[in-house]
Amino acid sequence: MSMGSEALTKKKRSFSMVMKNIWNQLGMVIVLVGMCIVLAFVAPNFSETVNLLNILKQVSIIAILAAGMTLVILTGGIDLSVGATLALSGVISVMLSERGVNPFVAMFAGVVIGYLAGALNGYFTAKTKLPSFIVTLGSMTYVRGIAYVISGGYPIVLASDTFKFFGSGRILSIPTPIYIMFIVYAIIFVMLKYTMFGRHIFAIGGNEEAARLTGIKVERTLIHVYAISGLLSGLAGVVLAGRLFSGQPNAGLGIELDAIAAVILGGTSFTGGIGKIQMTIIGVLIMGVIGNGLTLLDVSYYWQLVVKGAVIIIAVLLDRLRSNM
Amino acid sequence: MEAVLSELENNVSSESSIILKMKAVSKSFSGVSILKNVNFELHKGEVHALMGENGAGKSTLMKIMAGVHRPDQGTITYRNQLISWKNPMEARERGISVIHQELNLSPNLTIGENILMGTKFPKNKLGMVRWKEVHETAHKILQSIGSELNPRTYVSTLSVAQQQMVEIARALSVKAEVLVMDEPTASLTDKEIDKLFTIIKELKQKGVAIVYISHRMEEIFKISDRCTILRDGEWIASCPIAETNPEHLVKTMVGRELNDLFQKPPSHTSWIKDKVPVLEIKGLSDNTNVKDISLQVHSGEIVGISGLVGAGRTELVRAIFGLSEISKGEILMNGQIVSISSPVDAMRLGIAHVPESRKEQGLFLNMSVKENILMAEMHKYRRATILDWSQINEEAKTYIRELGIKVASEEQKVVSLSGGNQQKVLLARWLSIQPKVLLLDEPTRGVDIGAKTEIHKIIYKLAKNGLAVLMISSELPEVLAMSDRILVMHEGRIRANLLREDATQEKIMYYATGEIK
Repeated sequence: MSMGSEALTKKKRSFSMVMKNIWNQLGMVIVLVGMCIVLAFVAPNFSETVNLLNILKQVSIIAILAAGMTLVILTGGIDLSVGATLALSGVISVMLSERGVNPFVAMFAGVVIGYLAGALNGYFTAKTKLPSFIVTLGSMTYVRGIAYVISGGYPIVLASDTFKFFGSGRILSIPTPIYIMFIVYAIIFVMLKYTMFGRHIFAIGGNEEAARLTGIKVERTLIHVYAISGLLSGLAGVVLAGRLFSGQPNAGLGIELDAIAAVILGGTSFTGGIGKIQMTIIGVLIMGVIGNGLTLLDVSYYWQLVVKGAVIIIAVLLDRLRSNM
Repeated sequence: MEAVLSELENNVSSESSIILKMKAVSKSFSGVSILKNVNFELHKGEVHALMGENGAGKSTLMKIMAGVHRPDQGTITYRNQLISWKNPMEARERGISVIHQELNLSPNLTIGENILMGTKFPKNKLGMVRWKEVHETAHKILQSIGSELNPRTYVSTLSVAQQQMVEIARALSVKAEVLVMDEPTASLTDKEIDKLFTIIKELKQKGVAIVYISHRMEEIFKISDRCTILRDGEWIASCPIAETNPEHLVKTMVGRELNDLFQKPPSHTSWIKDKVPVLEIKGLSDNTNVKDISLQVHSGEIVGISGLVGAGRTELVRAIFGLSEISKGEILMNGQIVSISSPVDAMRLGIAHVPESRKEQGLFLNMSVKENILMAEMHKYRRATILDWSQINEEAKTYIRELGIKVASEEQKVVSLSGGNQQKVLLARWLSIQPKVLLLDEPTRGVDIGAKTEIHKIIYKLAKNGLAVLMISSELPEVLAMSDRILVMHEGRIRANLLREDATQEKIMYYATGEIK
């Protein structure tokens, strides 16, 4: 008899172990897929290709920002300035393009501006040892200010078709921003996993003191990380300008919080050192799918915010179960 | 007949003096069994040594006792009542106090606030805290343990040892019947340890039962009455301390034969005189606690640095490694003056530094063993900036094999390793840079005896192969067993340079305490 019950409990345990393992491995992927399945049944048109591509296009801007944000959070920092940087780079690149500069050069300049703004964040964070929250809270304000100063506070209309193509064009009937988003994630994925720089990011986030004592150039790495976050904000700014046909100084207000939420949904530890870039895109998609699904279900935007906020907390609580299980 | 009777009587009396009894306690975390059927009995007014290697389950057992964890199985009887704590606060209010190994004080509050934290502060009619009374109460508690600390001082200004005293005072602020001390002497000087023992004796007389966790045999035999030994989460033995001896205890703990500490074979130091030292320090001072230090370390030599906590040993090593600014003096490598202003400089010159606290300063706990080993040398495994993981795996495996690091695979996260294996991972990292000089700061702190011996053998082998080793250790037997020469530091200066054969524990202590100048 005892044999039988033993075998039974063993079977039960192995089943729950398997479930745990699956949850540990996939976590938020299950949440995303579950949400999609439910929406496919209840929301009209959700599962149509047009709608799915629409979701991807909609999330591409936040996704690009969240990729940079993941790097910063992995080092144990935060970058609040991504929205402002996005606006500044949009304004400057559109302005240059309108003054007759080659659109490629103009776009490149927008990205470079982002890079420089980010590098400055990194420099102050690494050298002064001020918390990145404070440094980027400051830069979030002054970068936005510069965007307003340059533009006089008004949107600047974009005429160049080449420029527009990067925000609203299509290649093989798939919107360009989706390609850009996936290329960014592919590059960062390789960088994090297969380069020394990537591993140093994890090392610094996991234990900065140990990293320093191990001869890792902590300051230089941090400056690069913030610079990349800035560069990606600049890129997102250019893509957004191409989508909106204009450079807007008030673009991306509050978008940094969406990017941070996506990174956290992706399971990146807020204290640094733990996280995966491929999970950040899952986090981004969860947010995108919620917004899209609720819109299709005719839920008002105000209620969407309530749901989104609740989902962020619930999802992170679920995620926390992983380590405790 | 009479004998039988008296024995019976004894049994009865011992049964009634039991204040706490844990029976068949089991606990597992995420499927890993930490405690298996452990029994533990605590008598009133005894000092009970709880012993076992790291990972034997001592801390978990104590956490169950104090309500931090719940047992999966088994019962706890406290004062003849079956209990199941809801939380640590409840256990504490009922008289079970724990002094954890890591200090749990709030640095930005005063000593008084910290001591009374968790009790109700006295308040006036308006509900405001009467600070005068708080500090007076705290002062009384401090005095009762012979401490002269001012309760209005902020904890952030205290030394580690002083903080330890505050922690003890806090544990005593509620009327404790059971007091658990987890490695209380780890950061105390000898004088302070003596003071602590006096306190323990007083508490004993008041009938407080004390659980004493320590790796230091000497202390165990000095103050404890009984001991319980755990091994791999299982109860192995309990007995009066008088019925055992250190050798036997160690044997029971590790469950295998062990010939005390590994004794480094003596090396012939006479040849060293004509050789240029690999590392030479001349008149080195920094802005803190290193004053006019001169020393030499030769190839193949192990130089031990002894001294009390705060003598400037760690600061000296950090200065050599480029972690603090040097205000005076010079560093020479192979007779050449070198300038070191950062760890990167030091590493380039072939200096490796295994820091004092492996978790805070050394390891990347959430990263794999292989990355922890090769983190300092990753640039070697790049092909056009892309890392060659298969080569990294191979290299990591070599180190795992050579140092005998016990891991499931090189992918395992370091956080799940025992202290000894973590230390070996750290050692492997520094060997990976192929150093000429190895600076070790407390290389076996918090490491169980088995792993300690293995680490000692590794260090010896490295020296034999020509490495120059400078080793800080607070454990005199370790310094004596491992060093060719022993430098004793006191208040930032080197007070003695003893050859291994001339050094004794007493001699070192004389210099370390500044009795001989």
